Amino acid sequence: MELDTLILSRLQFAANISFHIIFPTITIALGWILLFFKLRFQATGDEKWMDAYRFYVKVFALSFAMGVVSGITMSFQFGTNWPGFMEKVGNIAGPLLAYEVMTAFFLEAVFLGIMLFGARRVPPWLHTLATFLVAFGTTMSAFWILVLNSWMQTPVGFELRDGVVHATDWFAIVFNPSMPYRLVHMLLASGLTASFLIAGLSGLRWLLGDRGADVRATMKTGVMIAALLIPLQIFAGDLHGLNTLEHQPQKVAAMEGNWETRGNVPLLLFAIPDESQRKNHFELKIPSLASIILKHDPAGVVPGLNDFVAEDGTVMHPPVFKVFWSFRVMVGIGMLMLAVSWVAAFALWRQGFDRLTPWVPRALVVMTFSGWFATLAGWYTTEIGRQPWLVSGVLRTAEAVGLVAPVMVFSTLVMYLTIYGLLTLSYMFVLTYLAKKAASGEMAPDDVARAPIQRAIGVQPAE
Amino acid sequence: MDFFGDPTVWLPFTFAALMGVAILVYVVLDGFDLGIGVLFPFVGDDEKDQMISVIGPFWDANETWLVLAIGLLLVAFPTAHGYILTALYLPVAIMLAGLILRGVAFELRAKAPKGQKEQWNRSFYVGSLLTSLSQGFMLGMYIVGLDYTLNHVAFACLTAVCLTAGYAFIGATWLIYKTEHDLQRRAVRFAKFGLLGVIVGFAANSLASPLVSPRIFAKWFTMPEIFYLAPLPILSGALVVLIGITLRQMPHPADRLSWLPFAAASSLFCLAFAGLAYSFYPYVVPDKISIYEAASAPESLFIILLGAMVVMPAIAAYTVLSYVVFRGKARALTYD
Ligand code: HDD
Ligand code: HEM
Ligand code: HEM
Repeated sequence: MELDTLILSRLQFAANISFHIIFPTITIALGWILLFFKLRFQATGDEKWMDAYRFYVKVFALSFAMGVVSGITMSFQFGTNWPGFMEKVGNIAGPLLAYEVMTAFFLEAVFLGIMLFGARRVPPWLHTLATFLVAFGTTMSAFWILVLNSWMQTPVGFELRDGVVHATDWFAIVFNPSMPYRLVHMLLASGLTASFLIAGLSGLRWLLGDRGADVRATMKTGVMIAALLIPLQIFAGDLHGLNTLEHQPQKVAAMEGNWETRGNVPLLLFAIPDESQRKNHFELKIPSLASIILKHDPAGVVPGLNDFVAEDGTVMHPPVFKVFWSFRVMVGIGMLMLAVSWVAAFALWRQGFDRLTPWVPRALVVMTFSGWFATLAGWYTTEIGRQPWLVSGVLRTAEAVGLVAPVMVFSTLVMYLTIYGLLTLSYMFVLTYLAKKAASGEMAPDDVARAPIQRAIGVQPAE
Repeated sequence: MDFFGDPTVWLPFTFAALMGVAILVYVVLDGFDLGIGVLFPFVGDDEKDQMISVIGPFWDANETWLVLAIGLLLVAFPTAHGYILTALYLPVAIMLAGLILRGVAFELRAKAPKGQKEQWNRSFYVGSLLTSLSQGFMLGMYIVGLDYTLNHVAFACLTAVCLTAGYAFIGATWLIYKTEHDLQRRAVRFAKFGLLGVIVGFAANSLASPLVSPRIFAKWFTMPEIFYLAPLPILSGALVVLIGITLRQMPHPADRLSWLPFAAASSLFCLAFAGLAYSFYPYVVPDKISIYEAASAPESLFIILLGAMVVMPAIAAYTVLSYVVFRGKARALTYD
């Protein structure tokens, strides 16, 4: 693989968006969960909900900041590395991004200030409203950006004039064929990521001997949300796949590792797809199951990759190995989530907290960041599965790349990777540290020093 | 040319104006919190916490103006957007690294174990400094038309230092407004230094830009224009004098007029910005691409404008709300 500007820019884009997405995935759902904690406190007056709120609002503030700074990087990427993207589809991507900034970013950014620091300065209803608006804002962000991404996957409602895309039907653009599936699947993914994070941090505190009412409440909340959402996610994922089969059959062929169009296609549990020989090695399969899943019929005909090779040998399907395996990682983690959340829910129900086997919190700790891996794997399936197109059938990735010298892109790529690596580690470290600190009952170094200032200026110690 | 009848004329103009406003608001608002970051190493540990507390509720929303500005450039002038950002590839990347460092340091310095606080304080400072310097560098390169020659780069380095001084200056005036006692006294000193930097910066820029761009020279130093434009430098001079006098009398025992330096500094930024805007119009890439050539399809601009007319007043309203909620002094180690 030669390191030209295209490859480097793609790597850089992938690094940036992967780093960005892991934080919104947490905040989108965590915002709503914080609102839930707050409303429970108001309804019951039970301090444990307020303790839960205070702990997770720190997690939220930190994740949000990471999301914001990496998001700013994202918005510059289009211009610095993919100028061809905006030149070709700017008439559609532009308004969608502009609506995201106007209806979501300002809302969340301004009310975040009031939510984090305003509790003693505004009446309680306004603080609750601010919390609601922040959660609503993050969800709106997800909505607009997913509209754009779905449109790039399944573009409709436009026409080409002088080689430039012009919008003809905004309703069709916003509600494009894959948007509802992608939005639902992403919001559920966010719910799962946040609930496993909460369950995992609560499990850690539990194992460290911190078994207060708030830890019990958050562990239960995390496990319950996860147990509830994962079946929905699997169901939504199945529907998503059927939709993709209709609009992007080549992507599904790659996900299934199916080379020839035929009936009775097996479900491959393991295989090494090999594009040079156009076949799989070491297959481990369940006969006809892929046909049953995709066509609800063992004899159902499933499209194969060889249909997507042009006469002259140009390959018009995505890289098979990467798509095949990303998809399996996602589904595998989904199955693991199902097992862990249900077993944990069952144990909490049968054993209760007082007789809980340590294996439950241990499993939850292992799964703390599982949502990240599933979400990233899912996005790799989706995005790599769209190649060689950037906008399906309209714009190729190679046509959009900017004319920046490879060394430049290489040096910025190294810079981003270094920063992202360090920050991701710091983030995980600090979350664990916050849990340990809460478990040991010690005040934050900062809470001690800042408490007087905070009281004076009305800043919540929760920051 | 029928201005309002022809959407390919008034829409690009409107969007250029909106973008200008977004950039101006960004420079003033994020200017003060970046500036406070630049001043970070010059104060003690307790004061650092106070400095963070005067920008804590605002910084995120302040940076959103940058996202809006770059978003408007991207949606309204896609070709120019690509041109400018690929030309400024490296400084943009450095700015982004700076913004990332300072944004996360904000949170991490308060949440990481005590032993690491020092390290996050440092990245807050380094991040703010890198951001300010690279923005100044980009401004300079933009003024001279985005061509990398030795003179141009030297000029851009000069604007980098000047803009950073400008940010430190407006940051110091914000501190004067939001703090008291020792920190306020110190902020007054910072502001005096910053003001010197600003004066040098203005002078250098006003001299250099007509020299490097004959077109800008022609726009300013021709006959009747020079008279219409005269109020800009005259007002700026008056503001500088006003700020200088107020700073000499500060801190006032009853804290009278502590808002004045910040208000005057903001006005100064506005005037400078108006001057720049006049110099560049109608170009979005100086001397190369005009806003009319670069604009997106009118239908697309119109649909954004429609939304903007509904949403922008709401944004303005809740931004004001947040400044009202967090009005008054941030006080250190005293009870209310
Ligand atoms: C916690 C995260 C998570 C989990 C457990 C799952 N997914 Fe997923 N999946 C995502 C998170 C995700 C995602 C990151 O949100 C994606 C990427 C783009 C999108 O719309 O959703 C995605 C994409 C995605 C696609 C790609 C469709 C396309 O772009 O064309 C399919 C077919 C599925 N998923 C199916 C499933 C199935 C059958 C699952 C059963 C276990 C599953 N997902 C679990
Ligand atoms: C948030 C989760 C996302 C992840 C993890 C992700 C990941 C990726 C990856 C791995 C690629 C590279 C594909 C390849 O080179 O084979 C890619 C391409 C791309 N994606 Fe996404 N993506 C995400 C969301 C989005 C969204 C929301 C947009 C648009 C608004 C987008 C726009 C693009 C663009 C412009 C490219 C082209 C660059 C390239 O092909 O490398 N992506 N993405
Ligand atoms: C190319 C794609 C993307 C761009 C250009 C982008 C841009 C941005 C920007 C500029 C911010 C900061 C906003 C602020 O200042 O408050 C941000 C934050 C955010 N983004 Fe993205 N983003 C992209 C992809 C995504 C995706 C795929 C999602 C989720 C599905 C997402 C969800 C969010 C959310 C919820 C926030 C709020 C901040 C947070 O929760 O951390 N973004 N994004």
